[in-house]
Amino acid sequence: MLAYIVKRLFGMIPLLVGITLISFLVINLAPGDPVQFLSQMNPKISETARAKFIKLYNLDKPIHVRYWLWLKKLVKLDFGESFAADRKPVLEKIKERLPLTLYLNITSMMLIFLIALPLGILSAYYKDSIFDRGVTIFVFIGFAIPTFWLALLCMYYFGVILGWLPIAGLKSYNYESLSTFGKVVDIVKHTILPVGISVFGGLAGLSRFARNSMLDVLNDEYIEAARARGLPERKILFKHALKNALLPVITILGLSIPGLIGGSVIFESIFGLPGMGQLFYQSVMMRDYPTIMGILVIGAVLTLIGNLIADVAYALADPRIRYGKKGK
Amino acid sequence: MRFLKLFIIFFFVINLFSCSEGDKNNSPSAEYKKDSTVEVKAYGDALVEGSIGDASNLIPILATDSASHSVAGLIYNGLLKYDKNLNLVGDLAEKWEVSENKKIITFYLRKGVKWHDGAPFTAEDVKFTYKLIVDDKTPTAYDADFRLIDRVDVVDNYTVKVFYKKAYAPALSSWTISILPSHLLKGVEVTKSPLQRKPVGTGPYKFLEWKSQDHITLVANEDYFEGKPYVERYIFRIIPDTSSMFLELLNENIDLMGLSPLQYTKQTENPRFKKSYKKYKYLANSYTYIGYNLKNPFFADKRVRQALSYATPKNDIIKGVLFGLGEIATGPYKPGTIWYNRDVKRYEYDLEKAKELLKEAGWQDRDGDGILEKGKKKFKVTILTNQGNSTRSRIAEIVQQSWKKIGVDVEIRILEWATFISEYIDKRNFQVVILGWSIPQEPDLYDVWHSSNCRDKKLNFICYQNKEVDKLIELARTEFDTEKRKEYYYKIQEIFAEEQPYTFLYVPDALIALHKRFRNVKPAPAGLMYNFIEWYVPKSEQKYHFTQ
Repeated sequence: MLAYIVKRLFGMIPLLVGITLISFLVINLAPGDPVQFLSQMNPKISETARAKFIKLYNLDKPIHVRYWLWLKKLVKLDFGESFAADRKPVLEKIKERLPLTLYLNITSMMLIFLIALPLGILSAYYKDSIFDRGVTIFVFIGFAIPTFWLALLCMYYFGVILGWLPIAGLKSYNYESLSTFGKVVDIVKHTILPVGISVFGGLAGLSRFARNSMLDVLNDEYIEAARARGLPERKILFKHALKNALLPVITILGLSIPGLIGGSVIFESIFGLPGMGQLFYQSVMMRDYPTIMGILVIGAVLTLIGNLIADVAYALADPRIRYGKKGK
Repeated sequence: MRFLKLFIIFFFVINLFSCSEGDKNNSPSAEYKKDSTVEVKAYGDALVEGSIGDASNLIPILATDSASHSVAGLIYNGLLKYDKNLNLVGDLAEKWEVSENKKIITFYLRKGVKWHDGAPFTAEDVKFTYKLIVDDKTPTAYDADFRLIDRVDVVDNYTVKVFYKKAYAPALSSWTISILPSHLLKGVEVTKSPLQRKPVGTGPYKFLEWKSQDHITLVANEDYFEGKPYVERYIFRIIPDTSSMFLELLNENIDLMGLSPLQYTKQTENPRFKKSYKKYKYLANSYTYIGYNLKNPFFADKRVRQALSYATPKNDIIKGVLFGLGEIATGPYKPGTIWYNRDVKRYEYDLEKAKELLKEAGWQDRDGDGILEKGKKKFKVTILTNQGNSTRSRIAEIVQQSWKKIGVDVEIRILEWATFISEYIDKRNFQVVILGWSIPQEPDLYDVWHSSNCRDKKLNFICYQNKEVDKLIELARTEFDTEKRKEYYYKIQEIFAEEQPYTFLYVPDALIALHKRFRNVKPAPAGLMYNFIEWYVPKSEQKYHFTQ
C-alpha cells in the first residue's frame, strides 16, 4: 500500500505540471489583460501608465518565459504577488479567504451527509411509500429552486420581517466587544442562512445516491439469504446492507475535497461572505493571473489528493480491493 | 441574471410590503419636524455606507477603483478641492497664484496642519508627492498631468512653486490629488509601505480598521483643521450583491447607499422605508451615449448620424429604462454646470426628419424589404455594448425597434467587458456602441475628443477628427480664465450638436437613500457628501455608541 501511495504521489508531479501549463495558457489566451482593468477607459489615466504596468507585470515577455518564471517561483512555494492594486502575495490572499470557505463548506457537507444518508437509506427501505415520495419531493424542491432566489426570500423573511437572523456579512459590528461564547453565537447566527440553504440545495444528490445504492444492496442475494435465515430486519438493514451501501459514499467524500475550497460565488456574493468563490471570480474578471493560478494549483493538488484518498480509503474499507498486488 | 434577481426581489418586496402595511403604524413621525427646530448639534454615532466592492489600496495614487478613492477621500486632502458648487477652492493650500505666463503656480499652504500621527504638514510633503507620482517605479496611473511639470520648488515650509513646461489649465484640478506624508514614505518602496492598508493622512477621518471584503472603519480626526467632524465614525461596509445590500438597508443596518431607479421609484415607496430613510436625487457625473465608428462608411456622412439621432427616442429611454430619473444629454457636460451650453441644437424624436435626411444622404429602400440601401449596400448595423449593464442592453433594444422604423436593420451583441474593450474598442472593430463616460469636474476634452487620440488604444475610439474642435480644445487647455474657457467649450458643444459624432442620450440621476437621523445634509451640485464633516445626529437619535 505504501509503495502504491508513493508511486501515485510521484505520478502526480507531471500531471500537476500539465494542469498548470494548460491553465496558464488558457488564462492568457482570454481576451483582455490586467492593465486594461487599471485603465478601464478612464481618461484620467495616462498612456505612460499602461506601458509601465505592462513592464511591471512582465506582460512584455513571451508567454513561455512568463510560465517558466512562474514555475520557478512555484517550486519554492511562492505563488507571486497579485496584480490587483493591493499587490498582496497570492498565498496571503488565499489564506485570508480559505478558513471561511472551509468552515462553510465543511459544515454544510457534514450536515448534508448527516441528513441525506438516513433520508436516502430510509427512502430505499420504505421504497414507494408516502415517506419515500415525500422525501423525493422535498429534496428535489431544494435541488430545483434557484439558490439566489431562495437565499433572498429567506433573507427577507428571517432577516427583515422576523428579524431573527442577520442578513449579510460574517460578524456583527460589536463582535469585538462580545464574550467568546457571544462571538461563537454571532458567527453561527450569521452562517445559519448560507449553510442552511446550501444544505437544502445539496440534499438531493447524495440522498438519491444513497437510496439507489441501498436499493441495489437490498436486492442482492445475500440480503435475501439473510432474510430467509430469519434475521431481524433491523440487523439486516444496519449490519449487512448499510455497510456495503455506504462504500461508494467514500468515493464521493474523496471527490468532495477539492470542492471544499472552491466556495460558491453566488452564495458568497449574496451573503457578503469573503470566501474563495468571490476571490476566484474577482480574479478572473480582473485577469489577476497570479491569483487565478494560485487558486487553480491548490484546487488541482486537492483534486489529485482527494482522488488518492478516495482510492486508499476504498481499499481499506473493502478487502476485495488491493492496489499494487497483482494476481492476489 | 442580475436583472432577474432584481425582478424577483422587486416582486416579493412589493407583495410583502403591501401585505404588512396595515399592521404597522408607520406614518411619518412628527417628532422629526419638531426636533428640527430644537435639536442641538451633537458629536457621536456612525454612518454606515454600503458598497458592492472593497477598496484595493488606501494610498490613492496606487488605486484606480472608486471604492478606494471614496474611502481615501476622507483620510487625505489635496492642495485644492471642489466646493459644493464645483468651484476650485483651497484645501491644504490657503490660496494660490498663477504667474503672468501661466507656467508657474505658487501654492501658499495652510499652517498648523498635522498628519494623523502628529507630524506637521509642510511644503516638503507636496514636493515628495509630486516626485513619487512621476517616479517610474511607482505603479500609479495618474502621472500624466504631473509629467508636464518641469520642477517643483519648495520656497519655504509653507510655499511651493510648481513650474510647468507650458501653460496647462487642467493643472489646477490635478492638484486635488491626495498629498502623501513624506516622513512616512521617503526612502520606502511605496508598494511595500504599510500605508497601503493603514493610511495616515491629514483629512477629517483617521484610519481605524480594515477587514478585507467586510468593512473599513474610520474615526473622526479631533485635530482636523476645519474642526472635528460630528459623526464619530464612518464605516464602509462591503456587500457584493445589490439585492442583499438593499435588504440590509431595509433592516437599517446600512445608513447610506445608492439606489437603482427601480428601488428608488417602486421598492422604497412604502411607510416602513419612509419612516427611517430619506431619498435624495441629483444629476450624476456621467452620461450615456451611442457612439458611431466614424471610420465606417455608414457613418461618414453627418446627415446619417443626425438622422439616427432624430430616430432615437431619448425621452422614452429615460422614461422606460430610468423610470424618468435622468435628463437628456446634449453634449459631454452636465446640465446646470458652468460648462454646459443649453442653447445647442436638439434632436427631438422625429422619424420623418430622420427619413428625409437619410434620403438626402442617398439611403433609400428600393427593393421594398423595409431596409434602406445605398448602391448594393444594405443599412444593417450591429450595436455592441457590455455585459452586466442591463440598462444599456435595454437601450439597445429600444433603439433597435426605433431605427427599424426608418429602415435601419440592427443586430445587438452584448459582450463581456474585457473582450468588448480589447477585441472591439481597442481594435476599432465596431459599428455602433452604447457606452457611458463619467463627467469629471475638469472640463478638458482632450483625451476623448482630440484628433491625436484616434490612434492606438487611446480614448477617441470613434475617431472623431475636426480641426476646429482640436484648435478649441488646445486653446481651452492653456486658458486659465473661466469665462474664456467657457466660450471655447460652448463652441465645441455647438459643433458636436451639429455633427452628432455621438447621439448623446442622457445624464442619469444619482439616487441615494440616507437614514433620517442625519442632519445638515444639503444636496448641491457636488452631490451629498461634500459637507459630511458638518453632518450630525441629535443625541436622542444616535444609534451607535463607542467607548473608545
